[in-house]
Amino acid sequence: MTIKTFRGGIHPPEYKELTQNSVFEKVPAPGQIFLPLTQHLGRQAIPVVKKGSVVTAGMLVAQADGFISAPIHSPVCGTVANLGKQITSSGFPKDTITIITNGQTEAAFMSPMDPETITPDDIRKRVADAGIVGQGGAAFPTSVKLTPPPEKLIEFVILNGCECEPYLTRDYRFMLERPDAVIGGLKLILKVLGVQKGIMGIENNKPAAIEKMKNYLRDEKDLSVVVVKTKYPQGAEKMLIKAITGREVPPGKLPMDVGAVMQNVGTAVAIYDAITKGEPLITAALTVSGKGIKNPKNLIVPVGTPIKDVIDHCGGLTDNAAKIIVGGPMMGAAQYDLSSPVMKATSGILVLTKDEVETKQETTCVRCGKCVEVCPLNLLPTRLARLTQLQRYEDAEMIGITVCMECGTCAYTCPSNIPLVQWIRLGKQKVFRLQKERSASEN
Amino acid sequence: MVLTFIVAIVTMGGLGFIFASALAVADKKLKVVEDLRIAEVNEILPNANCGACGNAGCYDFAVKVVQGKVDPSKCTVGGQDVIDEVSRILGVEAGSSTKMVARVLCRGGNAEAAQKENAAYYGPQSCSVQALVGGGDKLCFDGCLGGGECVDACQFNAMYMNDNGLPVVIEELCTGCGLCAKACPRNIIEIHPVDRTLFVFCKNHDDPKTSKKVCKAACIACGICARKSDGGVVMLDNLAVINYSKLDISKIPLDKCSTKAIDFVHADVQITEEKIPAEVS
Repeated sequence: MTIKTFRGGIHPPEYKELTQNSVFEKVPAPGQIFLPLTQHLGRQAIPVVKKGSVVTAGMLVAQADGFISAPIHSPVCGTVANLGKQITSSGFPKDTITIITNGQTEAAFMSPMDPETITPDDIRKRVADAGIVGQGGAAFPTSVKLTPPPEKLIEFVILNGCECEPYLTRDYRFMLERPDAVIGGLKLILKVLGVQKGIMGIENNKPAAIEKMKNYLRDEKDLSVVVVKTKYPQGAEKMLIKAITGREVPPGKLPMDVGAVMQNVGTAVAIYDAITKGEPLITAALTVSGKGIKNPKNLIVPVGTPIKDVIDHCGGLTDNAAKIIVGGPMMGAAQYDLSSPVMKATSGILVLTKDEVETKQETTCVRCGKCVEVCPLNLLPTRLARLTQLQRYEDAEMIGITVCMECGTCAYTCPSNIPLVQWIRLGKQKVFRLQKERSASEN
Repeated sequence: MVLTFIVAIVTMGGLGFIFASALAVADKKLKVVEDLRIAEVNEILPNANCGACGNAGCYDFAVKVVQGKVDPSKCTVGGQDVIDEVSRILGVEAGSSTKMVARVLCRGGNAEAAQKENAAYYGPQSCSVQALVGGGDKLCFDGCLGGGECVDACQFNAMYMNDNGLPVVIEELCTGCGLCAKACPRNIIEIHPVDRTLFVFCKNHDDPKTSKKVCKAACIACGICARKSDGGVVMLDNLAVINYSKLDISKIPLDKCSTKAIDFVHADVQITEEKIPAEVS
């Protein structure tokens, strides 16, 4: 039997061995934490504390602004020192609540609920109240994803345990260490959506996790594990749906349009904890890895901990450390300010060494077509980049620039080292602006 | 044999005659009278098709001027000579147009602005891309990115990048068309009348402490210029902004500005008070 997958993609070196056997370690709260008000996609949260307010762990410090937004809770006990700007891992300053911790450990969580008897509406409300956002990277508010329009028929829930980015081993550790929470979370998601069928997608480079999950699901007739090929970006929503169900999510549509809802393994754990312990999303599980860090580890860190403290906890940087990336190596962002905090959806911190950071000379496109071959979304990356350079945004829109998810597969493959993703991202922004102008002029 | 020739000649000749008469009729019936002045005006215009007047191009502008829909003085690119000439052809009063020039309102070049550590930008040098992907190499989020997109946008070769990584406008060549201002993702370039000389050369909105840290040439929001100016300078979100309609240059304590953020355009040329021309509102 062939292993399921999608067309295109790449297989970069995995480097998972650095941390795959390291058990999650809890990091104590640092002296000062930063809580940016936009740790999710959507509207910025509104602060409900003032300078000088005393907060305890689990207390609400900023409430959601509307439906597509998420509240923020304090992960520590302490005093609000400032409401100001702080550089975040995106590289830009964002409105941030700064809290000085006082060392106390009391926590005021919401009341725990029984996952067996809880109603779907209660689950949905709790997920929203706990400020849970997608742990896969995009940080989309989970409660929104659990509220599909009634006319959409959801046939199955897919739990994403692919973790296709090199280095990262967070989801892998979750599946090994907390299988009960992973499955419990999946069952809660199924309950909210009123769906029977749950499928876990795991890449075939994680045999231990596959076995563990299969053992756990032995007696469940509606839940199953599907092994998919180890390939980047196998964990992308549309790619995994294609691999498991054979259905393709059309451009501009959502997974729910083909009857699927996908959640990350980490999100399932967060949902399970929010229900059974009443704990809001105040910790981030992440992998700290790379050759530039002395002791690579998997950690559970209070949200808002500056990256510097996390690195110090792992023994600090090696002498030849050159580049610090938040997220995976394919889609993560390089950091220049190490006071930038860990956020709700931060999945990893990588430190690369001087030898690994290559700056190659860009040359002319040789029209080899490799980027077209690997693009998982069947786009023409070289053409899109060229059209953006020529400012022919309408043409770029016609051949689907807005479909691009910026996975970086094309740029990784390009023998001419053309920074394709940067250009496409610019083109996407210009096209979105054009579309906005167009709809504004129509109304 | 001869018959074949005759048939051919008659057929071709007949067809020729029919089409010729059709064309002759069409020429009379479907005649479009184009105002000869349009071509004449079009000849005089700069023909750069820059779009600064807000029309699709020079020919479009010529058509609209002749129709009286726009004023000849809207072509700032051509300058007073072109306006006078166009007005003469049309027999209208020559409007006056003040020469506009582009001003680069950032003096945070590579020497002045603090650079990011451990995150050297690697990618296209285009400013728009840099602004989108992490915000370039400088710590300032409002300043010049140094990618030269304004220079590329200029159709009149009136701009270049200096050794310090900042764009420079050649005043004599600048037509004030505004293409550079449109190209700049950080909105550093503004179009001003040429006789306006005092500017705040900074767009940074950071708080005083941060702005001091990110750039030696930043407006640090001390507010001294605003307090003394009688409304000529206002502080907006940690940045001094000049209100030209109320500006009285003699009231601005320029020497008090520690970073020289508020300054004359030609900082090296000392302009005395008497030489300062009347401000255009």
